[in-house]
Amino acid sequence: MIKDDKGSRDIMNESPLALDSIPLLPIDEFSGIVVGATGAGGRIASLFGARTRDIGGIQLFAILAYDRENRVSVARTSVDGDSYPSLTPLCPQAHAFEREIAEQFGLKPLGHPWMKRLRYHASWTGRDAWDGKAGEPIPPAVGDFYRVEGEEVHEVAVGPVHAGIIEPGHFRFQCHGEEVFHLEIALGFQHRGIEEAMIGGPTKRSRHYVETAAGDTSVGHATAYAQACEILAGCRESARTQVIRGIALELERLANHVGDLGALSGDIGFQPTAGFCGRIRGDFLNMTALICGNRFGRGLVEPSGVGYDLDGERAGELSRRLEAAERDTAMAVKLLWDNQSVMARFEDTGLLPQDVATELGIVGPAARASGLARDLRFDQPSGIFRFAQVPVSTCESGDVFARAFVRWLEIQQSAVFVREMLGAIPSGELSSPLGALAPDSLAVSLVEGWRGEICHAAITDGNGRFARYKIVDPSFHNWPALAYAMRGQDISDFPLCNKSFNLSYCGHDL
Amino acid sequence: MLREILVRMRQGRRTMKYPAASPPAMPDRYRGRPELSGDPCPEGCVACSEACPTEALEPGIGHLDLGACIFCGDCASACPRGAIRFTLDYRMAVSRRQDLMLAEGQRAMTLAHALDRKAKRLFGRSLRLRELSAGGCNACEADVNVLNTLAWDLGRFGVQFVASPRHADGLLVTGPVTGNMELALRKTYDAIPEPKIVIAVGACAIAGGPYRGHPQILGGAGSSLSVDLYVPGCPPHPLTILDGLLRLLGRIDDRDGSRDRET
Repeated sequence: MIKDDKGSRDIMNESPLALDSIPLLPIDEFSGIVVGATGAGGRIASLFGARTRDIGGIQLFAILAYDRENRVSVARTSVDGDSYPSLTPLCPQAHAFEREIAEQFGLKPLGHPWMKRLRYHASWTGRDAWDGKAGEPIPPAVGDFYRVEGEEVHEVAVGPVHAGIIEPGHFRFQCHGEEVFHLEIALGFQHRGIEEAMIGGPTKRSRHYVETAAGDTSVGHATAYAQACEILAGCRESARTQVIRGIALELERLANHVGDLGALSGDIGFQPTAGFCGRIRGDFLNMTALICGNRFGRGLVEPSGVGYDLDGERAGELSRRLEAAERDTAMAVKLLWDNQSVMARFEDTGLLPQDVATELGIVGPAARASGLARDLRFDQPSGIFRFAQVPVSTCESGDVFARAFVRWLEIQQSAVFVREMLGAIPSGELSSPLGALAPDSLAVSLVEGWRGEICHAAITDGNGRFARYKIVDPSFHNWPALAYAMRGQDISDFPLCNKSFNLSYCGHDL
Repeated sequence: MLREILVRMRQGRRTMKYPAASPPAMPDRYRGRPELSGDPCPEGCVACSEACPTEALEPGIGHLDLGACIFCGDCASACPRGAIRFTLDYRMAVSRRQDLMLAEGQRAMTLAHALDRKAKRLFGRSLRLRELSAGGCNACEADVNVLNTLAWDLGRFGVQFVASPRHADGLLVTGPVTGNMELALRKTYDAIPEPKIVIAVGACAIAGGPYRGHPQILGGAGSSLSVDLYVPGCPPHPLTILDGLLRLLGRIDDRDGSRDRET
C-alpha cells in the first residue's frame, strides 16, 4: 500500500486498510483531493460521514475511483463543529452525498447550492442541519422546489404514487407548454433505515438488508457485502464460489436488461418486443431460481461462500435454457433496430452528453451509453472477473437509443460469459468459515451490478463490528442524469427517458 | 411488419394453461410452505429461533409466523435434527392473519376463502386494483408486474391494475409502509370508492419483512388498514400471488386440501 503524494491512500482489492494508516487531513486538503480527483480522470465512488473510535467527532471519508488507472483511493478528514465548506460548488458529483451527510449527521455543508433533505428522516446524531427540533415531523418532499418563473411557465407535480406498479418518488417539472425546462426529483419515500440498522453488525439480518437494498439487484449487493466481509476477515473464496457468483451476477444483468428493453418497447407502444421480452425476462429469473430456489437470487451469495452448489446436471440444464432464451431474445430485440417508428422515438431523445456524464459521475450502462468506457468488471475486477474478462460495451450518442443498445450489447456479452462459465465450473469448497473481522479497519468492495457501480464501504470498530456500513447503489449517482436528460424534452417523453435509466428508488432511499 | 409476424409465429403462444391445467413446476430448490415436524425438540434447543432473522419463530412455542417469514431457510439449516422443511407447495395466501401461524406438525393451511356473495357479485368477474408500493425492495412489485406479462395474462381473469384509485375496487400493498408513505397510503385508500378490498403482498406488507421493528416503518398494510388477503413470501412467487387472487375471486376452491380445480 502506498501513500500518494496528495495525502490519500490507495486501496487494495483484497486487504483491509487499518484506519490509523489513513491520514487524517485538514478539511481544505481533503476538499482539494476530492475536487482535484474529479478534474483529473477520477470520480467520487462514495463520500460519507462516520463516527469511529480512533478519533472523536464526525469524519468524512471519500472513496475515489480512477477508472483508467485501475486505482481506488481513500481520503478522510474530521469535522470540528457542525459545519464545513461544501465541495459541491466545485464538484457537482458531491451534491447528493453532501445532502446525505447533512441529513444523517447534522453537518452543514456551507455554500451548498441546494441544501435540501435527501430522504426526509431524523438525524442519527440528534443534531439537525436544518435546525429542526427533535421529534418534529419531517414530511417527505415538503419544502422549496426549484421554480422557473414566467407567465406561460407551469409546474407539473407527479407522485409519490405513480400510475403503474412502480416505487414511490416525487417529480416536479417546470414546463413551458410541452417542453420541460427543469425537473427536480424528491425521493426518500422508500427509506427504511438500512444503513442505520447495519451499524453494530454483522448480524443475522445484515445479509437480508443488503439483499433487499434494491431487490432487483440482490445478487449484486449481496456480492458486494460478501466481498466486504471477506476482505475484513482475510478470507479467500474458492474458484468454484467465484464462478457461481459471477454466473448469478450476469443472470441478474440478463434478466433486467431484457426486461428493460421490453419495458422501453412498451413505453412507445411497440407491443411485439414488449410482450416477448416481458416473458423472456422471466426465463432468466427462473434460471436463477434453478440455482437457488429464488427468482431474485436470495440466499445464494453469502459471506464465506455461496449457499447453493451448481452441479454438472444443473449447469447442463442452465446451458440449454440459456441457449433458448438467447435465441428468443435476439429475435425479439432485433425487431427494435430495424423498425423506423421505434428508432424515431429512441434516437435523440433524453440526451446525456459525455461531458455532463463525466461531471455528474454517472455509472453503468447510462455512462457507457454516453461513451464513457467505465465498467468495474474491467476497471476494478473482483472475483471471477479478474480471470474472465467481459468486454466493455459502449455507444456514443447518449440518447435513449444508446442506453437501449448498450443493454443489447451487454446481453450478448453476458450470455457468452455465462455459457463459458457453465462449461468449466472449477472444483472447490462452496464455503469456508468467515472468521472474525479485522478491528478498526476499512474495506471497500466494488461490484458492477446491472445498473452500474455498487460500492460498499465497511468500517469496523475495536471489536470488529460495523461502526459504519456505507452502501452506494448506482442509482444514487444516476438520478441527476435523468433530471438532466429531461431538459428541453417534451414532458410526454418522460416515461421513456425514465425507463431508459430505470433507476432504483429503494436503492437510493435505503 | 412481416418480420414482426414471423417472430410472433416463432415465439409461439406462451400463456400458461393454469388454472385449467396443472400449474408450472416449481424449481426443486424453491422454498415454499414450511412444515415443522411434530416431534418434540431437545430440551432447551432454540437454534431455529436464534437463526431466524425476523423473529418469525418463537422459541418454545412451536409456531412459525408465515407472515413474518422471509423464506431464507436459515432456520432449516440451523435445526440440528432437520425438523423444519420448506416444501414445494406455493399455495400460502390466507384471509386471516392468524391463519399464517403454522403449528408444529401442521401439514395444511387454511387457505384464503372467496369473497362473500355480495362482494363476489361485484368483483368476481372484474376486479380493478391500485398497486401501492410503500417501502419495499421492488421485488414484490416486480413479481406482481409479472402477472401482467403474456405468460400469466392476469387480464383473462378480469383482474387489472389501474392508474387511478378512483377507478379501483381495491388496493394491493407491497412494502412495510414507511413513515414517509403513511400519508400517501391513507390518501390512496380513501380515494378508492366503497366497497373496497385490501391485499397485502409479501413479508414486508404483512409484518415488516427484514425491516420488522425499524422505527422508520409502520409494519405493513395491517398497521392502518383492514386486510382481506395476505400473500406471504419474500417476494412471493407469481404463482402464489395468482393463487391468492383466484381464491379471493372464488375461482379455486380446494380449501379442503383437494386438487386445484376451476369453479
